Amino acid sequence: MEKSERFRIQLKELFSAQALAALSTHHAGQPYASLVAFYATNDLSHIYFVTPKTTRKYANLTADNRVALMVNSSTNNASDFHQAISVTAVGKAEEVVGSERESILVQYLAKHPHLEDFVSSPTCALMRVAVKCYYMVKNFQNVMELHLEP
Amino acid sequence: MKRILSAEEIQSGDRNRVGGKGYALSLLAQSGFRIPRTVCITSDAYREYVSRTGLRERILLELHRKDFKEMRWEEIWDCATRIRNMFLVKPLPEDLALEIRDNIGRLLGERTVAVRSSAPGEDDAHSSFAGLHESFVNVTGAESILKHIRMVWASLWSDAALLYRQEIGLDVEESSMAVVVQETVVGDRSGVVFTRSPNDEDQGVVESVYGLNQGLVDGTVEPDRWIIDRSHNRIVEHTSPERKYWMVPGPNSVRLVELPGDKSARPPLSIEEVNSVFKSALNAEAFFKMPQDVEWTYEGDSLVLLQSRPITTLRSQKPEDERIWYLSLHRSFENLKRLRRKIEEELIPRMISVAESMVGTDLAQLSDRALAVEIRKRREINQKWVDIYWADFIPYAHGVRLFGQVYNDALQPTDPYEFLDLLTNTDMASLERNNMLTDLAATIRSDEHLAEELKQGDYSALDARFLSRIDEFIQKFGDLSCAVTGGKNCVLGTGPLYRLLLEMADHPSRNGVRKKKDRISRLHQNYIDSFDDDQKERAEELLELARSSYRLRDDDNIYLGRIEAQVLAAVQEARRRLEEQTGNQTPEVLVQVLGEADFGSEDQKPSLGGKTPGFGYQARQLIGQPAGPGISSGRARVIHNHSDLADFRYGEVLVCDAVDPNVTFVIPLAAAVVERRGGMLIHGAIIAREYGLPCITGIPDATTLIQTGDEITVDGYLGIVTIGKTGI
Repeated sequence: MEKSERFRIQLKELFSAQALAALSTHHAGQPYASLVAFYATNDLSHIYFVTPKTTRKYANLTADNRVALMVNSSTNNASDFHQAISVTAVGKAEEVVGSERESILVQYLAKHPHLEDFVSSPTCALMRVAVKCYYMVKNFQNVMELHLEP
Repeated sequence: MKRILSAEEIQSGDRNRVGGKGYALSLLAQSGFRIPRTVCITSDAYREYVSRTGLRERILLELHRKDFKEMRWEEIWDCATRIRNMFLVKPLPEDLALEIRDNIGRLLGERTVAVRSSAPGEDDAHSSFAGLHESFVNVTGAESILKHIRMVWASLWSDAALLYRQEIGLDVEESSMAVVVQETVVGDRSGVVFTRSPNDEDQGVVESVYGLNQGLVDGTVEPDRWIIDRSHNRIVEHTSPERKYWMVPGPNSVRLVELPGDKSARPPLSIEEVNSVFKSALNAEAFFKMPQDVEWTYEGDSLVLLQSRPITTLRSQKPEDERIWYLSLHRSFENLKRLRRKIEEELIPRMISVAESMVGTDLAQLSDRALAVEIRKRREINQKWVDIYWADFIPYAHGVRLFGQVYNDALQPTDPYEFLDLLTNTDMASLERNNMLTDLAATIRSDEHLAEELKQGDYSALDARFLSRIDEFIQKFGDLSCAVTGGKNCVLGTGPLYRLLLEMADHPSRNGVRKKKDRISRLHQNYIDSFDDDQKERAEELLELARSSYRLRDDDNIYLGRIEAQVLAAVQEARRRLEEQTGNQTPEVLVQVLGEADFGSEDQKPSLGGKTPGFGYQARQLIGQPAGPGISSGRARVIHNHSDLADFRYGEVLVCDAVDPNVTFVIPLAAAVVERRGGMLIHGAIIAREYGLPCITGIPDATTLIQTGDEITVDGYLGIVTIGKTGI
């Protein structure tokens, strides 16, 4: 199996095991981090999350759509240093609206069924991050990259 | 492991999976008592359903929106309603549904059934769950049975269960519910037996009605009652009610109909039958080795036991336990109909005439002594009406809840509060008042001269026609000054009213939003269509009752406010005399009467909180209950004292402890409403919905964490208040 394929499989396993990602946005150069419930597409090209439109993260995303998302498997133990996998995705976010929103929410809710009420609010935005690159950190400091854009 | 068991298949190891009721029935069946055909859906099915549908997490989210200790009963009811709706709209996973359908078909055929709760642990004599969970009778068809199974599951989270969550150890991760599905035995006489009377343990009680048991259990049909001396096995007392109605089965429901004359003349049981029923219950007591509460029915001459459970009293008997009172607010349709007649035909007209007769007394003409007598008299009258308010008006508000539940059960809407759309746009007194204010403001807006006179405070030269309309308003609703300036230092005068009108006149008018008529008629039609033909009239009647209950929820406070204003008017007259007295002739009689009670409500004092000096600690986002959809931003106007209302400006967000209908005259100016007190059916939520304003209720520290002047955004869809600028 190709190494890049193994990388992809590890990403998929991590994304299906984890519910939450740390999202980085910024406002006027000041970074800001938030937790979001995410869903990644099977081809890993996009990551979706939802947010109320009144939040700081939504305001930041509206002003500048460049983001980073981090997903990791740490368990708050010393073993995390050699066992946990941490993945950072960087890319650009945009809000998904209209009929596309409905079809993607079906997939999103399959992973997070308890957010059904939350996402049905017209003040809740569905955001899509087009991933440019994944960075995977393993074995304490081993970092591999997967670029999705040519 | 099988998740669907017949009563005959249940074994001792299944006790926790089939729940107390299921287990007791299996023991009765296996010991020769006659019971209806019974199937038990084990608690494993519940667990699988909430896991696979995501409901477990949704219940967790719902229950953790707010600390239980800070929830009022109304909020707990709302919480239970939302959870109930989650179960109503979420179907079972298809494979689980198929398994239940197949097994019920195999074991019960096409029979009409009762679907009953059977919570694990409920047969434990120390923790009876009696009355906390729901059961449904006369259910027909596989899909309806599946729906009712979900409704029974939902009742694990009923308001009663949530109130007693500590006693019964309610826990999202641990708690579960089994369901007993039992063929309906159409008995022509039914009843209950307590093998030991709750009042005298040497006695037992047999109660019986004609028809199905439902009417007896929910209190709609008054039973014949026999008291039996246990030691001599002898009837010592028989109480006969006026036998007027009985419950009979109809398609997918039970219905209350008039009792035929030949039955109304004689008790449902003969003496021999009373003895036979009691003897059977004693056998169950001997079998279970503890006093039993047995439900039974006679099918022809054959006695069938429907269920048997230990007699226990879960609910605290301490008078200070308010939960007993809360739960007493659940009223049957029949009870509410009686209450409606009493309130509409007797109490409201009396309230109006009482207030009017007090207005007719010229206080300035009374001697000091007569004024003191008048104050005491008015205080007593006011107290009497406050007592009536608690005894009759508050329980009547349950009409809205009963309708909501019936509507949700019938239509399973995604929004559990859709039913409110059928209740709004009623002719509430507060809306009538606000519409009069809007009309007066429109007159000022179109008449520059009048506006200028009012701005200058020159009221003496006001146009006579305008003044007569103002008089008409004051006659009906008072001059708003008591509410505006606060109870204790109540300035009776038209100044605050004129200031409010000027503010309204300066901005575009905003009437109560008339919801789209076609949507309302569609909802109405859907509601009626969901009932069988012979139940449609009753459904209309319930909607009418709910509308009246909804309207009265606001109106009663307005009427009560008028009476209270008359107490304050007399107190104000006494204070004026004390202030204006000269020399040493202090009217002691007035000093004394004013010292007897605390007149006027205490203003709310801002408690410590909000911004802590030195740390810059402040709220950014507060979560409450979404009570009016929409999103809006504006400067906050936090109401600590009633007098703060006088400063209310157009476009501000009303932030307050508890909205009272007597202060909702500022709503036409408001951009949104935020309230500390929680609930979907409280006054703030009702009036905000009438005006189509975003509204959030139940934010514990709303009035301390938000400061007047803060820019806030109210997201009435999600129940989020954001303090400070947002990206919207």
